[in-house]
Amino acid sequence: MSTFDFLLQGLATALDPMILFYALIGVTLGTAVGVLPGIGPALTVALLLPVTYGLDPAGSLIMFAGIYYGGMYGGSTTSILLNTPGESASIVTALEGNKMARAGRGGPALATAAIGSFVAGLLATLALAFLAPHVVKLALVFGPREYFALMVLAFVTVSSAFGDSALRGLTSLFLGLALAVIGIDQLTGQARLSFGVPQLLDGIEVTTLAVAMFAIGEALFVAGQGASLQDKAIAVKGSVWMTRSDWGRSWKSWLRGTAIGFPIGAMPAGGADIASFLSYAAEKRASKHPEEFGHGAIEGVAGPEAANNASAAGTLVPLLTLGLPTTATAAIMLAGFQQFGLQPGPLLFATNPQLVWGLIASLLIANMMLLVLNLPLIGLWVRLLTIPRPWLYAGILLFATLGTIGVNPSPVELGMLLIFGILGYLMRLFGYPIAPIVVGLILGPMAEQQLRRALAISQGDLTTLVDSPVAASLLALSAVALIVPLIMRMRGKGGVLAQMAGDED
Amino acid sequence: MKTMILSGIFAGALALPALAADYTIIAPAAPGGGWDQTARTMQEVLQAEGISDNVQVQNVPGAGGTVGLAQFASSASGDPSQLIVGGYVMVGAILTNNSPVSLDDVTPIARLTGEYEAIVVPAASPIQTITELVEALKADPGAVSWAGGSAGGADHIAVGLLAKAAGVDPTKINYIAYSGGGEALAAILGNQVTAGVSSLGEFLPQVQAGTMRLLAVSAEERIEGVDAPTLTESGYDVVLQNWRMVAAAPGLTDEQVSAVAADIEKLNASEGWKTALETKGWANTYLAGDEFEAQLAKDKEATEGILREIGLVK
Repeated sequence: MSTFDFLLQGLATALDPMILFYALIGVTLGTAVGVLPGIGPALTVALLLPVTYGLDPAGSLIMFAGIYYGGMYGGSTTSILLNTPGESASIVTALEGNKMARAGRGGPALATAAIGSFVAGLLATLALAFLAPHVVKLALVFGPREYFALMVLAFVTVSSAFGDSALRGLTSLFLGLALAVIGIDQLTGQARLSFGVPQLLDGIEVTTLAVAMFAIGEALFVAGQGASLQDKAIAVKGSVWMTRSDWGRSWKSWLRGTAIGFPIGAMPAGGADIASFLSYAAEKRASKHPEEFGHGAIEGVAGPEAANNASAAGTLVPLLTLGLPTTATAAIMLAGFQQFGLQPGPLLFATNPQLVWGLIASLLIANMMLLVLNLPLIGLWVRLLTIPRPWLYAGILLFATLGTIGVNPSPVELGMLLIFGILGYLMRLFGYPIAPIVVGLILGPMAEQQLRRALAISQGDLTTLVDSPVAASLLALSAVALIVPLIMRMRGKGGVLAQMAGDED
Repeated sequence: MKTMILSGIFAGALALPALAADYTIIAPAAPGGGWDQTARTMQEVLQAEGISDNVQVQNVPGAGGTVGLAQFASSASGDPSQLIVGGYVMVGAILTNNSPVSLDDVTPIARLTGEYEAIVVPAASPIQTITELVEALKADPGAVSWAGGSAGGADHIAVGLLAKAAGVDPTKINYIAYSGGGEALAAILGNQVTAGVSSLGEFLPQVQAGTMRLLAVSAEERIEGVDAPTLTESGYDVVLQNWRMVAAAPGLTDEQVSAVAADIEKLNASEGWKTALETKGWANTYLAGDEFEAQLAKDKEATEGILREIGLVK
C-alpha cells in the first residue's frame, strides 16, 4: 500500500465516534493546561497515563496527541491577552500579541494564532506523513558543533529583537546567561552557584522565570503605577475578526513559521521555543512593516505561533522513526506506546502501520477540532480584558502561583517566583526588556553544552567548529547577520534602524 | 474563563497532598522518567490487586532524586504509609551532590526491577568487537568518545569501571554526557561519537533494526534473546545493574517495616505486576531483606570507589 492509502485508512480509523470523543477530550484538556502557566502538556499526559491503561491503544494515543497540540495552542491565549506565557514556546507570542491586545486588536491576534496553528499543524502533519524518514536523516547530521553554530545564529538573530537599546538588551541577556549556569553542570556533574540549596541543583525552571518575569512583574508594575495609570487597555477596537490586510500579512508568516518550526522540532536537541525565537527574528527581517515590531505587528504573532505548532509535529518525527523522544511530552508518549507493547523505532512504521497512520490521521482531526473549538471562543476571550484591572491581576497572580506550586510543591520554587517577579518589576521600571533574560536562560545551557561536547569529541581542536559544511554555513550566516546592519549603519542608513528601535518598553 | 476555572481546579487537585491514602509513593523525579513510571505502575497494581485501597503518587523532582530523598527523610519520618521509589542513580547522585541525606537515612525495603548496561557502536563503525574497542581505548583513551546519560550516572560509571578493568586510567576517559538516553542515541546514530553506553532497552530496537552494533552487556551471564557477550566473559570484570527500588520512611518500628515489606512482597508475587513488567520490558530483579542490604552496601562501595577514580567525587 502506498503512503496515501495508509493515510486514508488511518482517517477511517480516526473517524470512529469514540476516537473522535477521545480527541475532543484531548484538545480540550490540552488547551486548558496550555492556558495555565506552569502546568504543561507533559505533566497532563503523565497524569493521564494510568487512566488510559483501560483504553485501547488508538484511543489513548489520540488523546495524548490532542493534549500535545492543544497545549501548544492554549499557551498563546494567555500570552496575547494577559502577557503571561503558559509555556516557554509562547514567550515570543507575548511580545507582539500583547501589544496588539492592548490596542484593541486582541481578536485578530488570537485569530491569526489559531489559524496559523491550524495551518502549521496541518502542513507539518502532512510533512510528518510523507517526509518523516528523510527529515530524520537530516536531523541526525546535527551533532554538537552544528547545534552550537545554530545557537550562535539564534543569539545573533534574536538579539535584533531586543528593542531600543542594545546595551539594555544585552544586559538582560547576560543576566539570563548568568542564571543559566546555576545548577549541576551536565557534563561534569558538579554543582555551580547552587549555594548548598538542593532545589537549585537542577537549575532554574524556564517556566518559573518566564511566569515571574511576565506575569508577576507585570502585576507589580501595574500596581506600582496605581491610579496614575493612563493607558487603559482597549478591549475591542474595530472588528474582532481579521481584516483583509491581516490575512494578507499573516499567510506568508504562517508558511515561513511552518518551514522553520518543522525541521527544528525534528532535531533531537531543537525545540519549540528555539523555533519560535528564530521565526520571530525571521519575521522581523522579512516584514514590510518592521517599524511596527514592538508595537503589535501581526506577523510577530502569526510566524512564531505557526512555528511552535509545526515544531510539535516535527517532534513526532524522531519519536516515530527512531523511538527518540526529544521533549518531555514525547518521552511520556513513548511510555504510552510501550504500555501497549509497541516499541517506537525504526521498525514501527513497518510493524504497526495501522496505529502509526491512525495517529497521524488523528493529529489532523485534533488540529481541525482545535480550530472549531477555539475560533468561536475568541469573542469570549477578548472580554477578559474588560474585567476591572485589580480583579484581572489578582486572578493572574493566583493562577501563576497555583501553576508553579502545582508543578513543584516547594517553598523555594515559590520564593524564586517572587524574587524573579520583583526583578521583572525593577527591569520594567528602568526600561530593560524582559524577553532576553528568558532567551538567555533557554539558549545559554544549550550553547555551552554543545560547544563543550564538540570540543571534547575533537579533544580540544577548535577547527572542528568550522570543519563541517553545515556548521560552517550556519556560522557564516550568523556573521552576515551581525555585520550587514553595521555596514548599513556606517553608510548612513542607520537612521531607519534607530527609528525602528524608537520607543518601546 | 470556564477553561481557566477548570484548569484552576485541576491545578488545585495536583497541589493537594493526599489526605486519606493508604500509601503515598514519592517519585523523586519529573513525570515520565523511570522512577515516575515505577511509582505509577506500583500505584496501579497495588490498587488493582487489592493490596491497598488508596495509593497516591507525588513527584518531587530534582538532582538525581536527592531533593526528593531529603524531603522524604525529614517529613515522612515515623510514618509507615509513606514510600519512596529510588534506584542505583541515587547512589552516585548522593555522592556527587554532597547530599546531606543518604540511603542510610531511609529504610530500603526491596529492589524491584533492573536493567543492564549495553555498549554499542554505530553500524558504520570499523569496530566489530568489545576487544577492539578496548584496544582503541588503551592506545589513546581520549580518542574514544563515549555518549551516554548524565555525568556520574550508571552509564558513566559503567565506562569508568570498564576502563579500570582494562587497566586504563579512568580519569582519561572521554565521556560525553547527554541529558538522557534519547539525545545520546541521536549522537551515536549520527556517527558523532565512537561508542555509546546506556540501558539495554534503550538500544535494543536500534540493534534489531541494524543501525547499531551491540558489543557487550554488563550482566552476570548472557541475556536470553540478546546476541552479545557479557563484559565478564570478554575478560573485563564488570557487572552493573541499574536497579530501581522502594524504600520506607526512617524511624519505623520493626512491625511496621515487616508490614510494608509484606505488602511489597505481595505486589511482587502478583499476576498484575508480572504483566505490567512484561509490557514495559522491565526485568524483575526482586531482592529483599538482608540480601538486598548486602547488595546495596556492595554497590555503594564500588560506586564511591569509581566516582573517586573518575574524579567526580573528591
